[in-house]
Amino acid sequence: MTQMNMIQAINSAMDVMLEKDPMVVILGQDVGYFGGVFRCTDGLQKKYGDHRVIDAPISEGGIVGSAIGIGVNGMRPVAEIQFADYIYPGLDQIVSELARLRYRSAGDFTSPVTIRTPCGGGIRGGQTHSQSPEGIFTHISGIKTVMPSNPYDAKGLLISAIESNDPVLFFEPKRIYNGPFDGDPDQPSVSWASHPKGEVPEGYYTVPMGKADVVKEGTDLTIVTYGTIVHVAIAAAEMAGVNAEVVDVRTLAPLDVDTLTKSVDKTGRCLIAHEATRYSGFGAELSATIQEHCFWNLEAPIHRVAGWDTPYPHAFEWQYFPGKKRVCAAIRTLMEVK
Amino acid sequence: MSRKSTLYIPKPTARPGEEPDFSYLDMSPAGSVARPASDARARDLDYLSSGMVRVLDEHGDAHGDWDPKLSTADLKAALRLVTLTRVFDERMHRMQRQGRISFYMQSLGEEAISIGQGMALSDGDMLFPSYRNQGLYIMRGLSLVDMMCQCLSNTRDMCKGRQMPIMYHYAKGNIFSISGNLATQYPHAVGWAMASALKGEKHIAASWVGDGSTAEADFHHALTFAAVYQAPVILNVVNNQWAISTFQGTAGGERRPFAARGLGFGIPGIRIDGNDFLAIYSATAWAAERARSGHGPTLIEHVTYRGGPHSTSDDPTRYRPKDEWSSFPLGDPLARLKQHLIKRGDWSEDEHAALEKELSDYVVTSWREALTYGTMNEGPQLPVDEMFDDVYEEPGEHLEKQRAEMKALEA
Repeated sequence: MTQMNMIQAINSAMDVMLEKDPMVVILGQDVGYFGGVFRCTDGLQKKYGDHRVIDAPISEGGIVGSAIGIGVNGMRPVAEIQFADYIYPGLDQIVSELARLRYRSAGDFTSPVTIRTPCGGGIRGGQTHSQSPEGIFTHISGIKTVMPSNPYDAKGLLISAIESNDPVLFFEPKRIYNGPFDGDPDQPSVSWASHPKGEVPEGYYTVPMGKADVVKEGTDLTIVTYGTIVHVAIAAAEMAGVNAEVVDVRTLAPLDVDTLTKSVDKTGRCLIAHEATRYSGFGAELSATIQEHCFWNLEAPIHRVAGWDTPYPHAFEWQYFPGKKRVCAAIRTLMEVK
Repeated sequence: MSRKSTLYIPKPTARPGEEPDFSYLDMSPAGSVARPASDARARDLDYLSSGMVRVLDEHGDAHGDWDPKLSTADLKAALRLVTLTRVFDERMHRMQRQGRISFYMQSLGEEAISIGQGMALSDGDMLFPSYRNQGLYIMRGLSLVDMMCQCLSNTRDMCKGRQMPIMYHYAKGNIFSISGNLATQYPHAVGWAMASALKGEKHIAASWVGDGSTAEADFHHALTFAAVYQAPVILNVVNNQWAISTFQGTAGGERRPFAARGLGFGIPGIRIDGNDFLAIYSATAWAAERARSGHGPTLIEHVTYRGGPHSTSDDPTRYRPKDEWSSFPLGDPLARLKQHLIKRGDWSEDEHAALEKELSDYVVTSWREALTYGTMNEGPQLPVDEMFDDVYEEPGEHLEKQRAEMKALEA
């Protein structure tokens, strides 16, 4: 075991896979010589050469489109889209081609592309460097959608994603690249060194996709969340003085319904928290699914706390971000229902 | 003096009821465009994008150094495949009109492109077709029965009923799956070619779009990646003058030929007579040799004419002169290939009539066989619960649940 932050863990996952499988190639803007704007591919080109870790033109549609072709030819491409906010020029290739190729060809053609992309706010990125568009992708049949919340899961899930024969959208919450974040920007930043999930094996291991993780057990309510907000939720529950069970969804599609519903059946109360905008957000799917399964055990309506339904404003980042105070207020509202 | 900007709205030269007018079409005499070495520098090849590579003249004689000098056996095989494509299309178009299939798209007038290019490429080369390249599947040996079964969405449909008619694929024959979204296959071909080079293999890729689809972003993505990485790929623009109702000028064809779009990327662009089987074969062989020997991509513009409607859902008499095709200066590719063979003394009208009859019978027999695998409404049907397969490698819990839910309702 060694200490890794999320960037190092993600780097290590790609390192392991480049070593293990000669068919793995990395493709993206600035990923090669420079090692990525967030350093996730640092040193990989030097180690594996410029035919394995390839600098691409600024063309998300071209990156995804060519990655599909590379995958059809038997390789296993890992494409980086520099910010999730930039993914839209590649959306048609993802939705109409990557997600549907297996289906439309009845399994005769497949392309096991993994698309990594940093998402989320909290870095003063304004409306074009802060988005959480995961809900757009969970709506598409044929791709898997993953968002880890810590270095250990990030590495294990990324290896699973690269090895998967299904295409995977792998969202990396960039606010927690360097350390867990409880949602209070005024507190000094914390590193992953003091977090148990910052302990990461150096070699190969996997965290299976499709499995949620109960990151904190509790009895008063269940907070269903993922990404950066996992850490916010734990801090907010403490602030509210409740014994919350916090479930990290980890894989949004396919969803681990059992783990979620078992927890809510036990606690009887459910708060869903994510950073993405609320309206038609992934929280709506979570809410509907949990309600269908847990209705007779619910003691209060399922509550959602999310990013406001506006673009991510540069100046009011912390009013937009569903931080500790907002999640705490939501917990209190939910707990007041008798 | 008042000055104001003006907006130019492209208009075709003739509308219904007007005389067809192809005066806009620049043509070079057969044999007049020089054939460069296949490893020539891209910057020295600009002339190929403005002229028109032609081998066959109006009398059916071959001229110049682009003449591939094919054997009689090859030429006869080509004529057979071009004719088969046309006969197949005619039959399937009719079957749609009779309500037997939901939709169809003919390749009338463009058949020589798929057949000529298919013949010039190697079996291991990967093809990423558009929706009007049925000739590629026919040429590579996908059976007509299989193609018909796809159009019928029946129990032998390679797509298991998941795609509209004509959206074939042929994995064994190295032909990709057709998408309904335009030009998306272009970057796939480039990526496939990149992987071939990464793996040190000799196979190249080829892809096709229409003149209209050159306006799609994926066209430009593909050319960028092909040029940047010098991918071994042949990118084809089938300029058949019409994108449903908009003429090629609406995609920007009036300013420079589509072949010239390669130049800014440093990709040689060759403008060829797309109704001249020999020019098609020869330009493709040149580009394939160039790609295979590490000299990168080529863009080929095939100047041709869409002889039929865009699809069975289209009525071209509403937007272009009815007889426009018969005035098209580059003629009919099938008639020209036949004329060439006759001129060589290798073929006759009688032999051709016999061939047409033979192929027509073959198509009819194939259709009868295809029907035994079911139609949209009768005969054996695809198991409906298979609709949940192939979304993912494994359906997973939530799809299995939906499958069970649907099965319970169907029971």
